Amino acid sequence: MIPTAFEYRKAGSVAEALTLLQEGGPEAKLLAGGHSLIPMMKQRLAEPGLLIDIGGLDELRGIQETDGEIAIGAAMTHAEIAASDLLRAQAPIVAETAANIGDAQVRNRGTIGGSLAHADPGADLPAVMVALDATIALLGPNGERKVQAEDFFQDILTVDLGEDEIVTGVCFQACRSAAYAKLEQRASKFALVGVAAALSLDGGTCSSARVAVTGASSHAQRLSGVEGALAGASLPDGAASAAAGAGEALDFVNEDLHGSEEYRRAMTAVFTRRAIEAAAGRG
Amino acid sequence: MSEPVPITINVNGRKRSAMVEARLLLVHFLRESLNLTGTHVGCDTSQCGACTVLIDGHSAKSCTVFAVQADGAEVQTIEGLADGGELHPLQDGFWEEHGLQCGYCTPGMIMSAVNLLENNPAPSEAEIREGISGNLCRCTGYQHIVNAIQHAAERMAQS
Repeated sequence: MIPTAFEYRKAGSVAEALTLLQEGGPEAKLLAGGHSLIPMMKQRLAEPGLLIDIGGLDELRGIQETDGEIAIGAAMTHAEIAASDLLRAQAPIVAETAANIGDAQVRNRGTIGGSLAHADPGADLPAVMVALDATIALLGPNGERKVQAEDFFQDILTVDLGEDEIVTGVCFQACRSAAYAKLEQRASKFALVGVAAALSLDGGTCSSARVAVTGASSHAQRLSGVEGALAGASLPDGAASAAAGAGEALDFVNEDLHGSEEYRRAMTAVFTRRAIEAAAGRG
Repeated sequence: MSEPVPITINVNGRKRSAMVEARLLLVHFLRESLNLTGTHVGCDTSQCGACTVLIDGHSAKSCTVFAVQADGAEVQTIEGLADGGELHPLQDGFWEEHGLQCGYCTPGMIMSAVNLLENNPAPSEAEIREGISGNLCRCTGYQHIVNAIQHAAERMAQS
């Protein structure tokens, strides 16, 4: 399958990419790993007139920790994130989730910035970023803008990102007691239902929690009923009752040949419980 | 019509320069421009892994990479794996353990296995199966492929 012809520019810097984005207008698309965009272009679901390659930019790379805050550059691949000793020690949920995306070849090319900007309803990382209360860093012609992950994801394939803006990275507080559990579509490993839970634990008691779901609905979102039920709950025993209503509380639930609405609602409760239990096991 | 883009890719140790259309996929550059037809096109939808090559040492599905993205990179294909007349241990493993039937998936399967053993020289059977999960074989049921990769891992550990 051959995509429509397009102009190609390799940006030498983020600043140059921003200029090219402005010049290209609505015809322009950013290319990093290309593992969401290129398959869409081959099927001609996307036909950008200009591709701006930002894949190799050093400015968008790196994983750093400063005073407990971890920052990941947008062009870091899932394989690099999975292999990061820093993340394995300080935010294992992120490394583990990245290690379970797609397959080895996909993880070697696909980037965190691309995954978040594309916002596939079955993508794993959006739920993890919402649960960690991550901040998405964007750069546009008017400078930097920071958006909380829960506000960034708005609808199916729709995020708070201007045509003239670039996702430059994400940052979040280090968190050990967090885990992600997913029911995966076996061929693609996309989440039919994926739940990320990040807990604040005081011994066996949960003082506060952030829980987010992906796959089940149009976009990654918090499960506020579960979060409320977890406050003050004793874990892991209280996980099942806190998770019980998770699926029923969702406004909209996806339905396709891999799972009916009823099935996804039921599995949302199951995988919410598993994510909470796994996170509590780390406390 | 888009402007042709100059690229230079080091393919199997040899610098190859060309003017290409930006939409040319790496797999087509390898097969049609360079005649390196060992890299196969299977599904053409980023799933089957028959087109797997190494880009700067990392496995990638070359049907999901534009040739322009590989400009300046080192690409290794199945043709670059043997050392002269001596087969790579993975090629030898597939030979010894009969890790194929029709052979269509084999080049991509071997390149994925190179990536796997580079990161994990002594993988468990489960790790091997996960490591080749981006490569589909419709003939073998995978058991002989797993045996072939284990054979290679053991041989590489000895040498």
